[in-house]
Amino acid sequence: MAAVSGIHIDIRDKTYRTASHVHQAIAGLELHIGRNQFVCMVGPSGCGKTTLLNIIAGLDQQFQGRIGIDGAGQRLHIGYVFQNPRLLPWHTVRRNIELAFPGPPPTALIDELLDVMQLRTAQHHYPERLSLGMQRRVAIIRAFAVNPDLLLLDEPFVSLDAPTARQIRALLYALWRQRPHTVLFVTHDLREAIALADRLIFLSSEPMRVLADIPVDIPRDRRDSSSEIETFRQHLLSDYGIINSHL
Amino acid sequence: MIGNSDRHRPLYAILSLLLMLGLWQMLSLALHSPALPGPGRVATVFWQATRSGELPYHLTMTLRRLLISFAIAMPLGCGIGIWLGRNRNIDAFFDNWLVIFLNIPALVTIILCYVWFGLVEWAAILAVVINKLPNVIVTIREGARSLDKDLLEMAQSYRFGKRKTFVHVIWPQLHPFVMTATRSGLALIWKIILVVELLGRSNGMGYQLHLFFQLFDVASLLAYTFAFVAVIQLLELLILKPMDRKAQRWRR
Repeated sequence: MAAVSGIHIDIRDKTYRTASHVHQAIAGLELHIGRNQFVCMVGPSGCGKTTLLNIIAGLDQQFQGRIGIDGAGQRLHIGYVFQNPRLLPWHTVRRNIELAFPGPPPTALIDELLDVMQLRTAQHHYPERLSLGMQRRVAIIRAFAVNPDLLLLDEPFVSLDAPTARQIRALLYALWRQRPHTVLFVTHDLREAIALADRLIFLSSEPMRVLADIPVDIPRDRRDSSSEIETFRQHLLSDYGIINSHL
Repeated sequence: MIGNSDRHRPLYAILSLLLMLGLWQMLSLALHSPALPGPGRVATVFWQATRSGELPYHLTMTLRRLLISFAIAMPLGCGIGIWLGRNRNIDAFFDNWLVIFLNIPALVTIILCYVWFGLVEWAAILAVVINKLPNVIVTIREGARSLDKDLLEMAQSYRFGKRKTFVHVIWPQLHPFVMTATRSGLALIWKIILVVELLGRSNGMGYQLHLFFQLFDVASLLAYTFAFVAVIQLLELLILKPMDRKAQRWRR
């Protein structure tokens, strides 16, 4: 297992240039993510959160700044759950997960994850025959299974109905408790963020920067209670006017 | 009542073929001319030409040329098509070349190949390849341009590498385009190859048809034509259709 102590994100400037216009998406964003932290990023839609995740994942190299791992020069090993599931439609569920591994896939681990996500019976189906919720669960398994240094989740529950989203969120959380990872979770749902995170990072609209960086101190075993989460949320909204204007 | 279900498809096919044969027979009886022999006469000629080994020999020669030129043009066309489809600048640079080659009449390429390289086998193959190549390139380029960017990003973030990305992400998306290029390519090659043989070879279907034309031997002409059509149908049924089914099984 890769011993990554922390991840340092320093993006001084990210600007999109087209023939007709120029706009700055990120301006001076600096963050340090500690090992095995579950960090939720909350911001208005269209504020450049996906751009940020793509930069961290190394998909977008056109920016000023640097993404680094503390004390090491190696590239981050990343698991990425995109906003849409992005499964290969011509491969079965199981094959989609297996293909994420550079070497031989760990059969036992994949079996276990399929069980946790309740997909064992669907493992030989093709993605297009599954519901969107099931496809999203496959994408989460794929990202978890590769045992990444950093797990990126880009609004993975968007466009799901509330009960399905709640169910997958609980499964995701159970997985994370079982095998902790460093997680960057992007959402615009504050309740969801409070329920999951060690730390909340509020982002501004474009050009994006950090508005507030707040630890969530509700003990893990009391996160099930919606009253605790609601109290914390009310507290946040009254203490930080700047958040209120964005959510 | 006759239903419109798939169950009746083979029956319809047989009925429609029988109808065609019947019309042909009636027409040839009515005309009573050597220019249109009836199906029975053509079948006899077909049987004789097959037993003497003449028809199989010429058909094999043509099929051999078809396979060789196809085996050269398809991979080459796929390679160039993908390259152009993925590189906008190079594509813009070579686009004119493609348009020119697409519009040169097949006959001109064939004559030029024979004039430049002599009446030899590889000049004949080259002429067919040059005629076929631009079509493959244009079709595959279309596919390579429309590759799903989301899936390519997924492959990149999970570090698929070049080979794995090609086999599991790019090729399956190109498959329908490759099938289109194969089908239209076969149809095109069939037609060109006969002209190539007619002009500069001493065997093959094209050469034989030319001979029958000079002898006004319509029965042999038709017998060879049917052998030809039958081979194409077999290719479609035994190779292309199963390939399609296998590649499409994941579709909803």
